[in-house]
Amino acid sequence: MNLRSVLIALAVILIMACMLGCPAPETGGKPAKTPSGVPAASQGESGKIILATTTSLDNTGLLGYLLPVFRGETGIEVDAVAVGTGAALQLARDGNADILLVHDLEAEEQFIAEGHGLSRHYVARNEFVIIGPEGDPADVSSAETAADAFAGIMETKSRFVSRGDNSGTHMRELSIWKKAGLEPGGEWYVEAGQGMGATATMANEMGAYTLIDTGTFYSMEDNIDLVTLLSGDRILVNVYSIIPLNPEKHPDARLEEAGRFMEWLTSPETAELIEGFKVNGHTLFHVDVNGYSGIESD
Amino acid sequence: MMGSLFEALAEGFRLLFSFDREVYTLVGTSFRIATSSTIIASCIAFPLGTWFGLADFRGRKVVDVVLNTMLFFPTVVVGHLVYMFLTHDGPLGEYRLLFTRTAIVIGQVILATPIILTMVSNSVRQADPRIIKTALYLGAGKFRAYMALLGEVRALVLLSLLAAFGRVISEIGVSMMLGGNISGRTRTITTGIALLTSQGEFTRATSLGIVLLIIVFGVNLVVYQATHRAAR
Repeated sequence: MNLRSVLIALAVILIMACMLGCPAPETGGKPAKTPSGVPAASQGESGKIILATTTSLDNTGLLGYLLPVFRGETGIEVDAVAVGTGAALQLARDGNADILLVHDLEAEEQFIAEGHGLSRHYVARNEFVIIGPEGDPADVSSAETAADAFAGIMETKSRFVSRGDNSGTHMRELSIWKKAGLEPGGEWYVEAGQGMGATATMANEMGAYTLIDTGTFYSMEDNIDLVTLLSGDRILVNVYSIIPLNPEKHPDARLEEAGRFMEWLTSPETAELIEGFKVNGHTLFHVDVNGYSGIESD
Repeated sequence: MMGSLFEALAEGFRLLFSFDREVYTLVGTSFRIATSSTIIASCIAFPLGTWFGLADFRGRKVVDVVLNTMLFFPTVVVGHLVYMFLTHDGPLGEYRLLFTRTAIVIGQVILATPIILTMVSNSVRQADPRIIKTALYLGAGKFRAYMALLGEVRALVLLSLLAAFGRVISEIGVSMMLGGNISGRTRTITTGIALLTSQGEFTRATSLGIVLLIIVFGVNLVVYQATHRAAR
């Protein structure tokens, strides 16, 4: 029987697929036993939400550290899609996400003004820093402000790698250029169009300057030779907020689960978890707002 | 650099046999998705390809050219097109498939189907057309007769499955755009490598690449054995 081998091979593949594929529940299967014994999501709901967030949060490992805890407590699976803040907001506008965790104040305000989001809720902060080669050809380390530093980089035509992806970091970079009254462009100004990690890796390869959030920087410190040259400027404060969607515009979003996630993420217990999250000995995100009075209105 | 490549090779083997949970999740996800896609694609492409290989109709050349063009579809184009269908306001938006494994499978089926289809139809075209007549004459049903024909070209049929599997397990465009690279859910070997590289984790990225190669090597070995046994 000449067909037998083909059929056997197909059968083997099929069985493997069934073993691996069929019981591949998108929702993680078990509705999870919550500590309180309360059945997780109410009936008929998938117990899964899509969180549109930024590469700087996901790639640091913070979400990988927080989300399993939330799932353990509530049974709700949070699938984090990590893109730039601009793309994350667009995902939510298009109805492809259930809640947002982002860091670009102006864009967030606009998102809310458009009626897509309800309000911003503070989650955590860290800061942006300017990193670059140790030699520091543009003398960024002796600049007073981020804007001065950028001016020096442009003047010396030192390589600068920009995110170039409408992310929160990119928007902040642009606002620094604006504050400096400069329009970057030319051979020395490289637009990566990629996430924070990829951009930093690229800057590292080129021996270039870039603007980076401390969370991402500390989490990949071992892999790059660039050093922090400027920090502490008020324009460099980086605030992460969670934004629930407006039910009027997004009636299909899984608002109930999203609401529970927001409540959990902004709770004092979670704040402690976030403060306790360390990579390479650094605390990556701070929850307290001391000394950052500009956070809500900046 | 060579030194770190060897290091990565060793690390690749170590990862594969250390049952590192993260690695196994990635490998499992990739394998599961690619296998499902290949099987679904073959369910579509076997009958269509057989029919197309035997049929004689006007405009067949046009279909031929279109099918061959589909072999060259950039994966990101397929990803983008499927995205348009699955997005919330898209025709299939209500099923909420975006950023799930199912979404990746849909995209990969579109990548895999033309490969199997063209290979099956070409091999059927080259097979002896008397097989069907003979089988029918010997009292076989139509289905059995077609199966006999496919059996005659089984080595090529297996090869088409392999080619399709190779295309989908190694692609990244569809997986990234439709899966969203969600940790533990839709992160595949390839999107995982992209992420690790972007994080500057080169050794781990290389090792994952080697894990992928080892798997594909294993699949090839099995298929090679099968075709040889089949040819006997």
